[in-house]
Amino acid sequence: MTPESAKPSNVYFFGTCLIDAFYPDAGLAAIRLIEREGVRVIFPAGQSCCGQPAYNSGFPDEARAVARRQIQVFRQDIPVVVPSGSCAAMMKHHYPGLFAGTDDLDQARALASRVFEWSEFMIRVLKVRYEDRGDPIRVTWHSSCHALREMKVIEYSKQLLRQLARVELAELTNERECCGFGGTFSIKHPAISGALVNDKVDDIQRTGAARVIAGDCGCLMNIAGAGQQRAMPFAAQHLAEFIWERIHGG
Amino acid sequence: MAAEAFEKNVDRALADTQLRKNFAFAMGNFILKRRAVFSDAEETERLRDLGNAIKQRALSRLPELLEQLDAVCTRNGIRVHWAETTAIANRIVLEIIEAHAASRVVKGKSMVSEEMHLNAFLGTHGIEAIETDLGEFIIQLNGETPSHIIVPAIHKNKAQIAKIFHEKVAGAPYTEEVAELNAIARNTLRRKFYEAGIGLSGVNFAVAETGTLCLVENEGNGRMCTTVPPVHIAVMGLEKVVERLADLPPLLRLLTGSATGQLVTTYVNLITSPRREGEKDGPQEVHLVILDNGRSRIYQDPQLRQTLQCVRCGTCLNHCPVYTRIGGHAYGFVYPGPIGKILTPQVEGLDKAGELAFASSLCGACEEVCPVKIPIPALLRRLRDECYSSATESAVPGSGCKQNLAERLAWKGWAFLNTHPRLNRMVTTLLGRVGDYLPSSGPLERWMRYRSEPAFASRSLHGRIKEEGIADE
Amino acid sequence: MNDAARDRILARLRSAPREEVPSPEVPASAAPVSDRGTQVARLKSLMEAMRTEVHVLPRTEWVPRLQEVLRARAIKTLLYAPGTEVGAALRAVWDADASGLPELVAYTEPVEAFKEQLFAVDAAVTSAAGAVADTGAIILRPDIHEPRSMSLVPPIHIAVLKAESIFPSLAEAMQEGSWSADMPTNMLLVSGPSKTADIELILAFGVHGPKELVVLILE
Repeated sequence: MTPESAKPSNVYFFGTCLIDAFYPDAGLAAIRLIEREGVRVIFPAGQSCCGQPAYNSGFPDEARAVARRQIQVFRQDIPVVVPSGSCAAMMKHHYPGLFAGTDDLDQARALASRVFEWSEFMIRVLKVRYEDRGDPIRVTWHSSCHALREMKVIEYSKQLLRQLARVELAELTNERECCGFGGTFSIKHPAISGALVNDKVDDIQRTGAARVIAGDCGCLMNIAGAGQQRAMPFAAQHLAEFIWERIHGG
Repeated sequence: MAAEAFEKNVDRALADTQLRKNFAFAMGNFILKRRAVFSDAEETERLRDLGNAIKQRALSRLPELLEQLDAVCTRNGIRVHWAETTAIANRIVLEIIEAHAASRVVKGKSMVSEEMHLNAFLGTHGIEAIETDLGEFIIQLNGETPSHIIVPAIHKNKAQIAKIFHEKVAGAPYTEEVAELNAIARNTLRRKFYEAGIGLSGVNFAVAETGTLCLVENEGNGRMCTTVPPVHIAVMGLEKVVERLADLPPLLRLLTGSATGQLVTTYVNLITSPRREGEKDGPQEVHLVILDNGRSRIYQDPQLRQTLQCVRCGTCLNHCPVYTRIGGHAYGFVYPGPIGKILTPQVEGLDKAGELAFASSLCGACEEVCPVKIPIPALLRRLRDECYSSATESAVPGSGCKQNLAERLAWKGWAFLNTHPRLNRMVTTLLGRVGDYLPSSGPLERWMRYRSEPAFASRSLHGRIKEEGIADE
Repeated sequence: MNDAARDRILARLRSAPREEVPSPEVPASAAPVSDRGTQVARLKSLMEAMRTEVHVLPRTEWVPRLQEVLRARAIKTLLYAPGTEVGAALRAVWDADASGLPELVAYTEPVEAFKEQLFAVDAAVTSAAGAVADTGAIILRPDIHEPRSMSLVPPIHIAVLKAESIFPSLAEAMQEGSWSADMPTNMLLVSGPSKTADIELILAFGVHGPKELVVLILE
């Protein structure tokens, strides 16, 4: 495992299933931003989902089957960069437990030790510095639960945002409160999930921000969907895509 | 409770704007208070680690410590009773009361007594249980159950409480002044303390080393119940025993800071025996009822055993975005909030209460603040696994109750797709084309109750990688 | 009592898979080391924040100060324990005929014979066995002379505390005092007058315990 200070020559990129199906541009932006720093990105075609949906829903065997595939696909001893706090947390913090007592445990641990959340990788390993070429804009930041509490990478994401000189970062009153996505929770308990996301939408609206930025596409889908249904004036965008835009004058 | 019953409760609670306002205000307050009293992050972590270690140590020696507690308490003159079920615990309490020909009990706040549904039971036997904690007093007047572990009447605002006092307390004027409402409670209950023949309390910690019952409170009603009447009955869950007196200072700091944002409660009450020779006051009889009610079964499973570390501080409730919005009653059982979600299904069975384990987004806010570091999200996941498990033997009653073909096939299908990349790509591509035209039913319908339709990308990330010149190996 | 139930419960617990868990080292004190003056100041500050009236004074002056406190509140009856150092000192100098001073009421009988008076006195004065500076509480150790109801029932409680008996923390108080070797019937920490925040989290003082707490710290 490459030590923190050394820049790797190659990294894997785990796109996540939500980015694959709904936010491919965010995935591409994240990849391009890594490549821009002179690092080669490998996107194994065999990747799919980290397994979290089944893992959280009471189906650990199915989660293991899918997770095992990812362990096999990301087998080289190079960092795995993940543009999602919850997927990164799944691989880093939950894979070892998921494979406890199985033959895949060593490999699971090995993969876990190589996982980085995207903003964490950009700041801690690549030590990026960005120049903001965009027009002045007010945005607000939503702290995804797993990025906050499990990966503990929020500060890295905010550091990236603070590098952008013309971006005004307005704080949410309840920045750290769950947006209500919770994967299948939003389907199984729509009313509670709805109450949570609507409170989050109200909070965002109160800041007057043009955009809400987050590092997790589950949250973004959830917030964007609720915001659109209520014809809210703000858009929801992934951090990587936002940065790509800003440094290119968008 | 059935999923539908819970959903109904949730809908009703979410529609109650006053309730939501009351809870949002109170929980926000609790969060700030806790932050203020645990302001040093590193020190707080050390303290939580210590709380976890003390509780894990105590649980690792649970039978030995309970035996020691029994022996030392008995030697000190406290009569110890063991109750496997709440029905038996109720019987024991009743027998003690009847042995003294009493018709009234003054009660300090005790969640175990709620678990026992003690008041209702005593009522059917002609014995009046008088709640003396202000919050319990309020809800008792209104025929309600507590909605929070620490502040039972937090779902009510001043106006609602003023109305209850005015209508239900003889001679009480209508007033929303807290000092006046307080005075009404003090005056009403002072007489009851004076007259009561029996006092009942819970136990925060029971120290095996010295046979000491530790009770914390702010109002003084607990001391009144355990000092003035000639008989004191203490009820506790068997997980409340700790090894040494020296374990108390950190646990008290954690409990008090987490529960109310204080450094210390008004009173920390350490009871080791009934009145001794020459003493002028204090109960002449002290009884300790140790309740099992499923705890020894929870204990069998090392992972689920962590549920028993709980010190009943209520801070998980305070930080839970779900609890804040639906309040305590919606859960439908005695213990609400995150602790309720892991405890209740294990005690009542997954078939009766398993639904609670799914009413969480697994955000982890509870785990982040639990003073004894119970890994609540992991235990919720475990209970979810148990609901769908096809194992023949299980630590949890009602295991496998949610098994159904539709979900099993859905997840098997999901796993198949996600382990067959080419098929997966085909399906994603297809959804990219027809996703907008999917009929709104089932999961999609539920998603769209509160959100506009999700937009599948016309081409997935997988589909664009090659043309973007990104290596795939 | 009900041995069969106990045996069944213990048997179930014993049959569970268990691992040895070491006894955690509980630090003797989380409180930073500080001198007497700082501890007195901290105790005073924390207790005052909880609405305790705290006086710090030379030990020779405590009786006159107590009398001032009583006069200011027009206390008519003061419950005390004649068998204690505090009680004996009071009785020796008390001149109940002096204007404004309450009558001394001795707690000499079991509560059964004394209840009505106990619930009727205006105030009680007790000794304090010590105090805990880091959280702001006095330690009471009721005994045959000084029943616990003295610090509970009367609406005003006055406690007399010797400054040298203040401990930095509860852990140290327990250790220095070897509490675990010999626990009395009842021991208490008291950090202020009784209070509640059950109504909308609005703090209100004077619920079921004393409405007022006065602490005289004697240097």
